[in-house]
Formats: sequence, structure tokens, C-alpha cells
Amino acid sequence: MKIPVARNILSANDQIAADNRALFDRLGVFVVNLMASPGAGKTSVILTTAERLPKPVRPGVIEGDLASRIDADTIAARSIPVVQINTGGGCHLDAPMVRRALPELPLQEIDLLFIENVGNLVCPAEFKLGANLAVVVASAPEGHDKSYKYPGMFAAADAVILNKADLLQVFEFDVDYFRRGIEMLNPAVPFFPLSCRTGAGVDAWLHWLLEKQSLFTEDRKQPIVV
Amino acid sequence: MHELPVTEGILKTVVEASERNGARRITAINLVIGELSSVVDDSIQFYFDLLSKGTLAENAALRFRREPSIAICLDCAHQFDARAPLEPHCPQCGSARLQVKGSREFFIESIEVEDEDTGR
Repeated sequence: MKIPVARNILSANDQIAADNRALFDRLGVFVVNLMASPGAGKTSVILTTAERLPKPVRPGVIEGDLASRIDADTIAARSIPVVQINTGGGCHLDAPMVRRALPELPLQEIDLLFIENVGNLVCPAEFKLGANLAVVVASAPEGHDKSYKYPGMFAAADAVILNKADLLQVFEFDVDYFRRGIEMLNPAVPFFPLSCRTGAGVDAWLHWLLEKQSLFTEDRKQPIVV
Repeated sequence: MHELPVTEGILKTVVEASERNGARRITAINLVIGELSSVVDDSIQFYFDLLSKGTLAENAALRFRREPSIAICLDCAHQFDARAPLEPHCPQCGSARLQVKGSREFFIESIEVEDEDTGR
């Protein structure tokens, strides 16, 4: 006998991600899931973005790592609320891990929450967390073929940052080639070459992000129509 | 590496579905995997063999159906299979203007079960 199931395999995770999202929405927290290879500069992007945020937009961070608190300590040193999730070797964050971490964050005092996923261009793309945006951070030293080699990750992105853009020439990074690989999968996805070190290009990213965040805030002010 | 939680998800779902239908044993599990999802068949099979021991799904056959991704050339309309690493140029006309249509889906389509009484 054949029984139809037609069920997404990660539906248990997706359900908890939806619960996380409902909580974020209720509290007015706009959430960005940052995904990248190890060393692309996820933490630098968070710090660079956070220090340029206008006053009313208060940042917070969930740090995902295999082990250690190195990144979380760096962020806490800037007086940004942060909670560390150690996956104990796990290659990605999932929605239950995020849910367990939330009670340790002052969510009422956070407007823009960054979730720094585990450094990995494969697994994190499969697991929803409840974020409003999935942002992939690539970087010049990784090479321009990454969009071709990890299509699942780039297909899932709401925006792509190309960090360490001050080093493009050093690494003979062909931006057009890299970008064609992304657009093949994800046409018209916003693309932000920038350098956290020099600050070049950061404004365009910040402007886009704040626009998304303010649209979210505006939506919440609309009366609820039943 | 995320195939362990994925396999746990499969097992939980199929055991629940077969219990709901009063089945005693699962003989086959039909899975659909989009070519752009990053799931590895062999790895699922490996974890499944371990995790299914002593459950209704022990010895069930895992059948993977891959949903292909297609690259379409925007210049000459040629279509070809797309998988990682993606081909940067159209093999027919050499154009770099390509569009990839593919799914990242990953779901359980159906299961096949036996009822103890009928042996079918």
C-alpha cells in the first residue's frame, strides 16, 4: 500500500522558524541571517554595520560558532547585546537553537538582530531560522568561482555582500564573472561590494538594509485588518 | 554534514505517517530532492541504516528522485542540465547570459507500507 506524505523533510525546523519569526514580529525585531565561509568577514560586517546605525536602531547579535566565544567577546566589547550559540561541531544553526538562545537577549531593546551563522557555504542555506533576510557574505580572497560552486547558498540569498573589495586586484577577482554566477540563479539580487577595513561601499549596504528595516517597522504600524 | 538531522526528520515523519495508517512495516520511502539542494544521497542512506534499526522503517528502501535543474541560454535558448559547479557559458553559443531554473526542494513524496495481517 502506498501512502502519500508530501511533506517537507525539514518541516519541524520550518515550524519553529515560523514561531521565532512570529515572536520577532510581535516585538518589532528585524532579523538578518548572515551566512558565509569561515573568514569572509561576517563579524566585521556586523561590527561595521552596527557602528554606523542611526541612534534609534539598536543592534543585537546571535553568534553561531562550532565552539569558543571569540566573536561574541569581540561584539560584547562594543556594548552590543550578544548571545553565543556553540553548535558543538554542528555545521549550521537551526531554528530550535535560535529559539533556545532568545531568552538570553534583551529583545525589547533590539531593533535589528544579526544572526551570524556557522561559517559554511552549504548547510546553513537549508535551515530557516525565522529571519527577515538571508544575506550571504563572500570575500575577495575566496575567489570568484564561489557562486558557481555553491549554487544553493547564492540562490537562497536576499542580498550578497562582497567583502574585502579593497583586495579585488590582489586576488585577481573578476567581479563580473562572480556576479553573473549569482544572477544566473537569483536575478536582480542586491549586490554590495564593500570593504569593512576601508569603509568603501558600506553606505550602499547600510542604506539598503535600513530601508528594509524601516519598511518592516512601517508595516507594523498599520492597523491590523481582520 | 547536515544529513543527520535531515535523516532524523525523514524517520520521524514516515513512522508517524505509517502509524496513522495502521501499517506495521514500511517497505519503501520515496524522496524528492531538488538538484540545487545540498543533500547527499549516500549520506542519508548511511544515517538511515543506523537510525532506522528497531523502527517500523528498518530495512525500508530509500528511493531518491532528483529534480533536475535546467540552465537556459538567454541568447540562443539552448537548455542544458545545471548542477554544481555551474557552467559559466552556454555550450552551444558561448554566451554568459544564462538563467538557472531549479528547485531546492526536499520532501517525502510517499511511503510504501505493509500491514501485518495481510502481509501486503
